[in-house]
Amino acid sequence: MKRLWLIIPLALFALFLGLAAYQMTQPRDEVVRSAMIGKPLPAFDLPGRDDEAPRVASAMFTDGQPRLLNVWATWCVPCMAEAPQLEALEQRGVPIVGIAIRDEPEAIAQFLSQYGEPYEAIARDDIAEVQLALGSSGVPETFVIDGKGIIRYQHIGDIRPDQVDEIYAEWEAAK
Amino acid sequence: MIAELGLAALWLAAGLCVLQFLAGAAGARGEEQGALSALVRPAAVVQGALLVIAFACLLRVFAVTDLSVALVAANSHAEKPLIYRISGAWGNHEGSMLLWVTILGLCSALVALFEKRAGQRFIKAALSAQGFVALGFYAFLLLSSNPFERLNPPAATGAGLNPLLQDIGLALHPPTLYAGYVGLSVAFSFVVAGLVTRQAGPELARAMRPWVLGAWIALTLGIAAGSYWAYYELGWGGWWFWDPVENASLMPWLAATALLHSASVLAARDALRTWTIMLGVVAFSMSMVGTFLVRSGILTSVHAFAVDPERGTFILGLLALYIGGAFVLFALRAGALAEGKRFATLSREGALVVNNVMLSAILAVVLLGTLYPLLAEALGTRVSIGPPYYNPVTAVFAVPMLLVLAVGPLLRWKRDNLRRIAIPLVLFAVILSASVTVVVALTGAGVLSTIGLALAALLALASWMPLAGRRIARVPLPLWGSMIAHFGIAVSLAGMASESAFSIERLVAVQPGDRVAVGPYEIRLDAVDPVAGPNWTALEARLTATSGNSEAILRPQARTFTQPQQSTSEAALLTRWNGQLYAIIGDAAGDDRWQLRLWWKPFVTLIWYGALLISLGGMLSLIGHLRNAARRWRIRGQIARRREERGNA
Repeated sequence: MKRLWLIIPLALFALFLGLAAYQMTQPRDEVVRSAMIGKPLPAFDLPGRDDEAPRVASAMFTDGQPRLLNVWATWCVPCMAEAPQLEALEQRGVPIVGIAIRDEPEAIAQFLSQYGEPYEAIARDDIAEVQLALGSSGVPETFVIDGKGIIRYQHIGDIRPDQVDEIYAEWEAAK
Repeated sequence: MIAELGLAALWLAAGLCVLQFLAGAAGARGEEQGALSALVRPAAVVQGALLVIAFACLLRVFAVTDLSVALVAANSHAEKPLIYRISGAWGNHEGSMLLWVTILGLCSALVALFEKRAGQRFIKAALSAQGFVALGFYAFLLLSSNPFERLNPPAATGAGLNPLLQDIGLALHPPTLYAGYVGLSVAFSFVVAGLVTRQAGPELARAMRPWVLGAWIALTLGIAAGSYWAYYELGWGGWWFWDPVENASLMPWLAATALLHSASVLAARDALRTWTIMLGVVAFSMSMVGTFLVRSGILTSVHAFAVDPERGTFILGLLALYIGGAFVLFALRAGALAEGKRFATLSREGALVVNNVMLSAILAVVLLGTLYPLLAEALGTRVSIGPPYYNPVTAVFAVPMLLVLAVGPLLRWKRDNLRRIAIPLVLFAVILSASVTVVVALTGAGVLSTIGLALAALLALASWMPLAGRRIARVPLPLWGSMIAHFGIAVSLAGMASESAFSIERLVAVQPGDRVAVGPYEIRLDAVDPVAGPNWTALEARLTATSGNSEAILRPQARTFTQPQQSTSEAALLTRWNGQLYAIIGDAAGDDRWQLRLWWKPFVTLIWYGALLISLGGMLSLIGHLRNAARRWRIRGQIARRREERGNA
């Protein structure tokens, strides 16, 4: 019995060695995949762009129409850089819903007048609750949501001009 | 020329290391009088001296920025301040491996010079094991990562050092941690020697203890410094992230803490023989596993500075050889070791066993959490393990351990009776329940923080209880050491619990002139101006923090380094006795508004003051043990001399 106990450390160590050696031989996969892909959009019901605008709820994503969900903020510089690409997507017929993180109605109005308005609707997420539920770690991030409200794709960071086609293709694929 | 001198010294040292290994092995086989085995001590001493020369050469080429040395060109830059040019010598893979080998060689030399207590055969076996461990690292250095390699033609400018590492804390952090890791390698060599020569009694523990203590002090300081660095430099406001690299330094510390306590049981009472030997192997294996995880890049981490799969493979090979070999030896030999002395469950030994089991359990929890993503990935899923796992699960084991820690030092060796310490026990129960009540009634602290604060209050008092009934002037130094270290745990714990329970965070976008309230302070953004440093430019915010009548200026910066190009956030800290104000400047938010991130963290500094107390306790204990050893040695010398005189007369 005692002899057996003495072999346990060796056995555990062998297990570690095997695991480490196996992992060392595996090719590294550097792409960060979202754990949310294939999951339904978290339920939310947020105030609109200002206090007069209608509320924006997750229910609007289940009408059969695939959409982009753009998490952004007026205080975020890459979001300004991203604005023309969102315009381009909107012109190609992609409906985009924005979620503005920790923002004010006046700031939103000013941002839209300055950088264009590609959004079908804008929700204000003052405490970043939806952002957290989406597993989004920063702004901007863009999600492709299919007609049943399932998350199909996550793009982290601003959409660069050469990535517009890629996003459009993902939106097409979600139809 | 300097680089060639360093390389020559390194090769000579490697040759002497082979000699040390072979001569030691001959000595371990019992050839006490052989000419070969007599060479082991001189080989170790000269090797240590040569390594110091090699390392001094490396420091020299970095100090003068000799761009014809490939390592300097890749990691340094003439425009850096001198201190960072020098610390650049170990701020990279090759240099840090040389530092590792140098410290290892110095430790071997010290063992060869001063270790007289354990028998000759034992010391030779230990030096041989030490040489064997060092040889692997020599091979690594000389065959695949030569720090003195020349670059022809020399580079025009250096590439610079990662600016995040250009920091005084980071200049000192790796040497301290390495001293800790290497100290554990000495304990490992002693344990291997104990298995080989079948010596596992108190003399093994006494020989090992100063090294374990020294390593443990260095690890404590290294972890504390690393944690403070992450706290103010990474600008996330947290002090511990359960990041794989942090875990890599915590795991050897946990094992060393357990080893330290089991070694004192072995030294004082000749019990826990097999267990101490196993911990000796585990402690060193944890420092190697840690090095492997950090260097191989097998785990993704924010701290992965020196990732290279080839190096990872090499370290994995060494790991398999050393630790695998030691565990095989353990499985074969440990069964044959004589059982140590027995003791009752309720005794000092019993309490120390609880401490050991709990520390090992925490170690297992941290190790499992660190390796689980690897295991999950092998099975095809990806997970990341964070505070929601570590905090509660480690607490499950830490809380009982700390409760026993309050009582354990009051118990007698071998066998005790709870009735004897009934008064302190009642007192402890009262303090514990009173502090829980106070915390719950007056604050909204969470469960873990409440437990933490109450335990801290209990320990702060309990750690001094061993003084009761003693004459203060006659309390031995190691006891002072253990009391101060245990008190340090209480101080640290109070800081951690207070930080997690009472921190206030504000994230705002403000214009110059705007005011924000954070905890007891009101903060006004005065201005944001560009400033320039030796190798960076920055946007610096000027914040005025007012609280009552006192006013202070904070200057957080968003820095952009030029060599290499990288931006970092320099937090501004305002330290007061009751906490720290922590300010970060973020991006411009348009309309002349700036993002500011502000925290008020009550008593957060106690975390690091506690760690300092813990290492101070360790140092006192170390000095006490060394002094006792020296005294015993002197007395033994006197006895021998007297015997000789009597023989002559």
